[in-house]
This record gives sequence, structure tokens and C-alpha cells, in this order.
Amino acid sequence: MATAAIPAGTKWWTGGKSPFNVSYGKLMMWYFLMSDAFTFGAFLISYGTIRFSANYWPDPNLVFNAFPGMGHANLPLAFVSLMTFILIISSVTMVLAVHEGHKMNRKGVEKYMIWTIIGGIAFLACQAWEWTHLIMGDHATLVNGEILPMGTTARTNPWGPVVPGLVEHGMAVTTPGPVAFGGFFFGITGFHGFHVLSGVAINIIMYIKTRLGHFDQRGHYEMIEKAGLYWHFVDLVWVFVFLCFYLI
Amino acid sequence: MSQQLASDEISFASHTDDTAFYKTVKKVTIILSVITIIELCLGLLIYKIGHGSATSVLIVKGIVTILSLAKAFYITSYFMHLGDEVRNMIMTIVVPLMLFVWFIAAFLMDGNSWKNMKNTNAGSSPDKSKIEQVAPAPKPAVPEGAEK
Repeated sequence: MATAAIPAGTKWWTGGKSPFNVSYGKLMMWYFLMSDAFTFGAFLISYGTIRFSANYWPDPNLVFNAFPGMGHANLPLAFVSLMTFILIISSVTMVLAVHEGHKMNRKGVEKYMIWTIIGGIAFLACQAWEWTHLIMGDHATLVNGEILPMGTTARTNPWGPVVPGLVEHGMAVTTPGPVAFGGFFFGITGFHGFHVLSGVAINIIMYIKTRLGHFDQRGHYEMIEKAGLYWHFVDLVWVFVFLCFYLI
Repeated sequence: MSQQLASDEISFASHTDDTAFYKTVKKVTIILSVITIIELCLGLLIYKIGHGSATSVLIVKGIVTILSLAKAFYITSYFMHLGDEVRNMIMTIVVPLMLFVWFIAAFLMDGNSWKNMKNTNAGSSPDKSKIEQVAPAPKPAVPEGAEK
């Protein structure tokens, strides 16, 4: 909220007012998000520690190169950039919903909340496709002298070093890679996906409350703002999940 | 306004005017999209020059990380409006996050040291990873494409 009109020389700590110029709920949402940032940070840093301790780590561009309906075409980063843009756009519609809330425009809030919810569901659908593709998609892997089909799961990782000169069905055969790869990938993107899911649920509740006119009765749309903070945080975390798993 | 206000200082009304608001949102959206596209190009560059620990790759990865931090700044500062809050409140959020500097440095160095310990038998033998490189797997007993 752009509260520009703070009189000079305001004494914040003399009592009777909020020293941070925000409501209790919004301040606590910020502190919750800060603690959540540490949770995600701990997960991503433990992933980094294991990755730094390994002599070999799979190239994400080889693992995440599929796009729905494109068969075996090699399209590194394509699908994940679609997911990233979906989340950025849904963040923008959330900002617009909060702004309509400031203007006490119920119709505007409803419209942008619907778009935000659609964006969240689209992201979850993309993630469901990606997980299914990784878990079900078999990759020719050399195990104990035998070429076996192997999917990427929390227990198996077919993305080890390529076996020189060995090709099956037009794809290079690899040895099994570090097992931790799948565990960290599914664990952290799953935790983020669960945040998206709960964000969508919160947004749907906010949409219903808006439609029922609860915020008009209350006289302000601050709940939309708090839900918005949570939603932007989900986008913020994705920036780092995207960085750590797909880009570097 | 309503009876729920804790104090008169908290205002739920926005003082931003519409045109300035839409201009900022448009600007930030474009900045975020452009940074993302640059990141994707750098990601493809990493793919081209090969994923590994060559200095050039590490430099590209460092640039991508800095760009991600820039994105994080734009999201929190403009979308979450943290930049518009009272300075003391911003500090209660940002200062604890400084722990991440130690957190990241300490744990990544720990991982790296763990790798050296494993490769050298805790310093008692020459670095395995440097001698063997990636060991080529033995040729399979079965002819190619025999199964499935």
C-alpha cells in the first residue's frame, strides 16, 4: 500500500498506534512468509550441499527437455519457461486484484481473482504432466551389464554419465546417476506445488467471500491483500526453484 | 471506515493514483519477463558449452543467480509492496534474511569438503576424481538392442 502521507516527525513508539503502519494480520503474514523462506532455503541449501559433494550431477537440460505433444523432440527449458510465465502472469493478475480491492471495486476483484485461480490451476496441471513424464518415462540405463528401462523417481535416477558408443532406440544409454537427484527434485517441487495448491484454495475462498460481499460489509479488502502476499511468495519461491533445478 | 481498525494510523485506502499504478505494474512485468528470457538464453548457453565446473560455466551460472536475485527484489518490492512500508518494518524482514549469506556459504563449502574427503580418503590418497575422470562403463554382455 503506498502510504505516502506519513507526517514528518511521527513518533511511532509512543503507544496507541501500529509502529509499523500495518495491521496485525498483514505483519504476521510477512513473518510467516519469512519463516517459510527459511524452510525453502533449508531445502534448497541441503540440495546444494549434496550436489557439491557429488563428483557427477545430471545436466538439467538433458533431464527436462520434453514438451507435451512433442514426442521425443529435444526442447531443453521450453516447458519450464511456460510454467514460469504462467506463474508470473498469475502474479500480475493478483496485483491487479489487490488494486481493485483498494478501489473497493467488487466486480474488478472478482474478475482478477478468477484469472489468478486459473493461472494457479494451469501451473499445477503443468507440474502434474512433468512429474508423470519423469516417473513414467523410461530411459535406457545400463545396470550390471544389462540395459534396463528406468524412470526418474525418488529412488531411481537414470541420468548418470553416458556410456560411450552405446545407443538404444536412437538415445544414448546412460549409467544410473546420483539417487539424491529425484528425492530433492520431487521433494522440493512437491513442497512448492503444495504451496501453489493451498494458494489456489485460499484464492478460491477469497473469491467466494468477495462474491458474498463480505469485504464490502467489512469496509476494506485487506484479506485480498494478505492472500496476495502469499500468492506472490509462491511466485518468489519458484524463481529460486527454477534457478536451482532447471537453470544451473 | 470499520470498527476493526486497530488504530487510525493504519489506512486501508490506497493513495496511489491509477495511471502511476498501472505504469509501475506494466514496467515490473516487462522487467520480470525480460530477465526470465535472458536467464533462459543463459541456460541454453550452459547447455551449449556443456554443464560442468569449467570457469566459463561457473561465471554464466553466477550471472543467472544474480539475475534471479534481481527478480526476487522486483517481486517483493513492487508486487508485494514491501518497498512502500515503513523502513523499520522492512528491516525486521530483511535483516533476518541476512542469515542466508552464512547459511549458503557454510553448507556449500561443507559439501565441497565432503567431496574432497571422499575422493582422497580423507587426504591419505591422491584425488580419485582427477585420476579416473568418468570411468567408462564395461561393455554389456548382451548385444545392442537385444532386449525389449
